[in-house]
Amino acid sequence: MTKEKLNTLEQLVADRFPALPRQRLPEPAEALVLRVTPDNLLATMGRLRDDPELNFTQMIDLAGVHYPGRAQPLELVYQLLSVHKNHRLRVKLAVDEETPVPSISGLWWCADWYEREAYEMIGVLFSGHTDLRRLLTEYDFEGYPLRKDFPLEGLTEVRYDEGEQRVVRQRVQRLHAHREPYQANLS
Amino acid sequence: MTEQREFQTYTVNFGPQHPAAHGVLRLLLDLDGEVVERADPHIGFLHRGTEKLLEHKTYLQGVPYFDRLDYMSMIAEEHSWVLAVERLLGITPPERAQYIRVIFAELTRMLNHLLFLAAHGLDVGAMTMFIYAFREREEIMDMYEAVSGARMHAAYFRPGGVGRDLPEGLAERIQGFTDSFPGKIDEYETLLTNNRIWKQRLVDIGVVSKAEALDMGFSGPMLRGSGVAWDLRKAEPYDAYDRVDFDIPVGKNGDCYDRYLVRVDELRQSNRIIQQCLQQMKPGPVRHEDFKISPPYRKDMKQDMESMIHHFKLFSEGFQVPAGEVYAATESPKGELGVYIISHGGNKPYRVKIRAAGFNHLQAVKRMAKGHMLADVTTLVGSVDIVFGEIDR
Repeated sequence: MTKEKLNTLEQLVADRFPALPRQRLPEPAEALVLRVTPDNLLATMGRLRDDPELNFTQMIDLAGVHYPGRAQPLELVYQLLSVHKNHRLRVKLAVDEETPVPSISGLWWCADWYEREAYEMIGVLFSGHTDLRRLLTEYDFEGYPLRKDFPLEGLTEVRYDEGEQRVVRQRVQRLHAHREPYQANLS
Repeated sequence: MTEQREFQTYTVNFGPQHPAAHGVLRLLLDLDGEVVERADPHIGFLHRGTEKLLEHKTYLQGVPYFDRLDYMSMIAEEHSWVLAVERLLGITPPERAQYIRVIFAELTRMLNHLLFLAAHGLDVGAMTMFIYAFREREEIMDMYEAVSGARMHAAYFRPGGVGRDLPEGLAERIQGFTDSFPGKIDEYETLLTNNRIWKQRLVDIGVVSKAEALDMGFSGPMLRGSGVAWDLRKAEPYDAYDRVDFDIPVGKNGDCYDRYLVRVDELRQSNRIIQQCLQQMKPGPVRHEDFKISPPYRKDMKQDMESMIHHFKLFSEGFQVPAGEVYAATESPKGELGVYIISHGGNKPYRVKIRAAGFNHLQAVKRMAKGHMLADVTTLVGSVDIVFGEIDR
């Protein structure tokens, strides 16, 4: 997005949502971020979609992020796109593990699967979602794999047991020490 | 008399191992006779936890994981990743590298659309198409091999440029290919475009209106098939796309046939783009010459201590990326492929989210299949052009 487009968008957003905190990310990866809460999510998103100047007709992506140690450790990042105005907006929402977030699948139909994914991967609860099942992991999977406290190698593994003549599930047994010379950023 | 009620719907389990499922799709279909009442796609059979793995890999080690997302358009997936990393670092690749990237991104689009034609044809019963398309795919894969050593999982794009320059003679080979390719597209069209059976199976199947397409989060050829002229290569030009001239084909009715026509025309446009790139390209460096980010030249490494240190640090620790976040999207053959990186500084990302185009397109099958015949589901699944590597991630 060009600088002028971003300036125009920032003014529009400031005009329509004066009460909401917003942030202009610095160069080189410039973007506009709007922060919402579960209470004003639906009203804000509805206006973002329907206002003819903003016209965010597409919900492009929904990412769930886990920040352990924060009071509201889960964060949802919505990426909105307007193909008519050619501009993008990032909407962020911080929430804890217990508070449900209203589902936006009534506004953008495609949000259905994205919310299912966020639910299974980091454990955000959604209210008003008609079909909140696991999506990508197996049917009886337990845990939230993209949380930072979930180990990379997983919790359980399956193997064929000769004695029992069937596939059994057991806790992951590490045969070798984890070799990762430069640790990942976990906090 | 007691009222008798008959339940007419029954459930069919389509997949996860089915030749028309394009991979590992499990589709639960509630059928009333032959009419689909409800379709429920179950995905995740190819889930490998790429996003989690990327948190534990340096930025350079992340590149090969992207080849394995959409394994039918490998280099196009790398493109989003390297662009995202470059934007975080605030660097731009040298001009020649940009042209090479566009050439290979477009070759990849051909690779993908050829497979689409092949597999879609096969699904609908046009066997010959499969053989025809694979003939050209083979040539493109040889180009992949020439440039990276691998026929599929190339890992050729790197943050700051490409792995290495085109080997001698490859530019001429690509030129030769692009000269003959339009003729080949005509061949495909004689097989399909006016074929009566092909039209009977595709026209008016899975009609998606403009508003619906936006609501369902479509992008790429699926969105253009419904009549929205949206192409990231024009809207947010990256690399050398602002220096080449091409058209955006759009459909009119938003049915499977329009989506087929759009993709065929995109093959022609890709061909045009490659020819222009080959003309405009000039000799020069193909990687960013800050050796803290891209590997030093091998001949320097033999003599220069500094280069050797750079090499060692780069391939063990990786490079440091400043804290920040970025969402970079490219027009991959299937649609918008977005990469959202959150960096907290250091050599590894804090969180990576991959936005796969096929994810939305498959989700839409749920809505598109309703009211169609069972046989049309195959057409629909073929028409949305899904690859499970990117959907399941």
